[in-house]
Amino acid sequence: MAQRIDVKDLNIYYGDFLAVEGVSMTIDPKSVTAFIGPSGCGKSTFLRTLNRMHEVIPGARVDGSVELEGVDLYGDDVDPVAVRRTVGMVFQRPNPFPTMSIRDNVLAGVKLNNKRISKSDADELVESSLRGANLWNEVKDRLEKPGSGLSGGQQQRLCIARAIAVKPQVVLMDEPCSALDPISTLAIEDLIQELKKDYTIVIVTHNMQQAARVSDRTAFFNIAGTGKPGRLIEMNDTATIFSSPAEKATEDYVSGRFG
Amino acid sequence: MTTTDSPPDAKPGRLKPPARRRNSGDTERGFSRVFRWITTGSGAFLLLVLAAVAVFLIARGLPALTASPDELSGKGGLPTGMNSLWDLVGPLVFGTLLAATMALLLATPVAIGIALFISHYAPRRAASVIGYVIDLLAAIPSVVFGLWGGRTLAPIISDVWVWIAGVLDFLPFWTVNVTNTGRSLATASVVLAVMVLPIITAVSREVFLQTPTLHEEAALALGATRWEMIRTAVLPFGRSGVISAAMLGLGRALGETMAVLMILSPGILYSFQIFDSGQQQTIAAFIASRFAEASGLAVNVLIATGLALFVITMVVNMGARAIVARRKEFSGAN
Repeated sequence: MAQRIDVKDLNIYYGDFLAVEGVSMTIDPKSVTAFIGPSGCGKSTFLRTLNRMHEVIPGARVDGSVELEGVDLYGDDVDPVAVRRTVGMVFQRPNPFPTMSIRDNVLAGVKLNNKRISKSDADELVESSLRGANLWNEVKDRLEKPGSGLSGGQQQRLCIARAIAVKPQVVLMDEPCSALDPISTLAIEDLIQELKKDYTIVIVTHNMQQAARVSDRTAFFNIAGTGKPGRLIEMNDTATIFSSPAEKATEDYVSGRFG
Repeated sequence: MTTTDSPPDAKPGRLKPPARRRNSGDTERGFSRVFRWITTGSGAFLLLVLAAVAVFLIARGLPALTASPDELSGKGGLPTGMNSLWDLVGPLVFGTLLAATMALLLATPVAIGIALFISHYAPRRAASVIGYVIDLLAAIPSVVFGLWGGRTLAPIISDVWVWIAGVLDFLPFWTVNVTNTGRSLATASVVLAVMVLPIITAVSREVFLQTPTLHEEAALALGATRWEMIRTAVLPFGRSGVISAAMLGLGRALGETMAVLMILSPGILYSFQIFDSGQQQTIAAFIASRFAEASGLAVNVLIATGLALFVITMVVNMGARAIVARRKEFSGAN
């Protein structure tokens, strides 16, 4: 249940504006890949092209290719809806559906994917997904309560449970801890280590310590100036990026000299 | 005042005025205070007007409520053949609720559809044009709707009613009567539906547009199609707003006078024969049709029916509030 991603010469446009230019990278299965870089460098934009979520914005388009186990996500006969079922996503701010109970939140994706699911299967899936997100023990007695009543960190883990309930191959995380306190952040980071046994994880983070703690490989993005496209500067094993990066810009960034 | 002309020992004194202001609970000055009175006054004025209407309805309706049956039927207060006020008010309330409910049932789904189209499907330019047209629809005077409904729509739509009546003919327990003039409650309800459509659409559109992007993206990222995204994120979020919108529409449908007056061929019966003429009447249209010639106790009777309409509207609104409040926990407001 984990697949590799190959990105080749990807350019991302919003209308005529080139937002990200010439990204090529390989993301290994069952590993954690972190994207770091200053604000506005296109790392979140790039992350969203990995499950075609950037298409939500009118005028957004790409050229180049993103292949999941050799299948181009941007092929003519590929449905973006199907892509997003395979490549799940967790957002910057926890976003459980406020009108749904905790249980219904976990099942939201499964029910969408138009499967009729028996009650016992549903119960099983809710439990396994919540266990997978390290949330089961905290919420097992209040599954029918609204998800919005949980703490921020619990809500974020609920969102992770919701994402893994549809059994994706890849889980994308867009700064999943930036709205959370340190304790909740630690809980999510521990969870990421668990999840990488089963999934390919890609995480965008502003927090370099977090990238160093959780990721196996790190990609550094940078931008030459306002209005210029973001670029992938360097990608390598996390230890190498943080100890002996090849590029001067990477070294300046990870040592805190800018950004 | 003492603070300005005693410089050396001014320090404690200078601190005093703000302390005094805080003690009196008043940190406002100048226009800020005026504005508070303007807003408070506006709120109070609204309550005053409402109270004045209620007092008028009760005071002038009371003679009809307390009059003996003999007086009511004797002095021409009631239409011939009726013995008590409820013989009149009952069917009128029934007719009013039936017409308004049918209008709402017809209008709400269409309004939600239009609102969703504008907020989530239409290209931006088309959306603003449609929104403008909908707002224009709201600006048409009801007498124009009445003319259109009575002169143009009724003769055309009567064919539809005849057809529906034919289809419903198999029902063993209900013989469907149908008029060829089209001047039936069904036609009136269709026109009422068109009239309440703009308000329901406009409010629903605003609510749908306010769906948090976060929730829409949450649904899309789970692999939702656009319709599934609307079903999981937009509609639940907008639910209470749509109910409020429908209640605004219901308020208008309950009170609408001219259109009903000009379309419906009235009768004062408890009747579900919505395709037939001479069956039902609504309160507002009844009052308008009788008021010019009424005098004495007959006026009190009309005002008593108006009181009934007032009460219905309040009950409907309170009911809507209760529905909205019931699922507050899940509303996303917390």
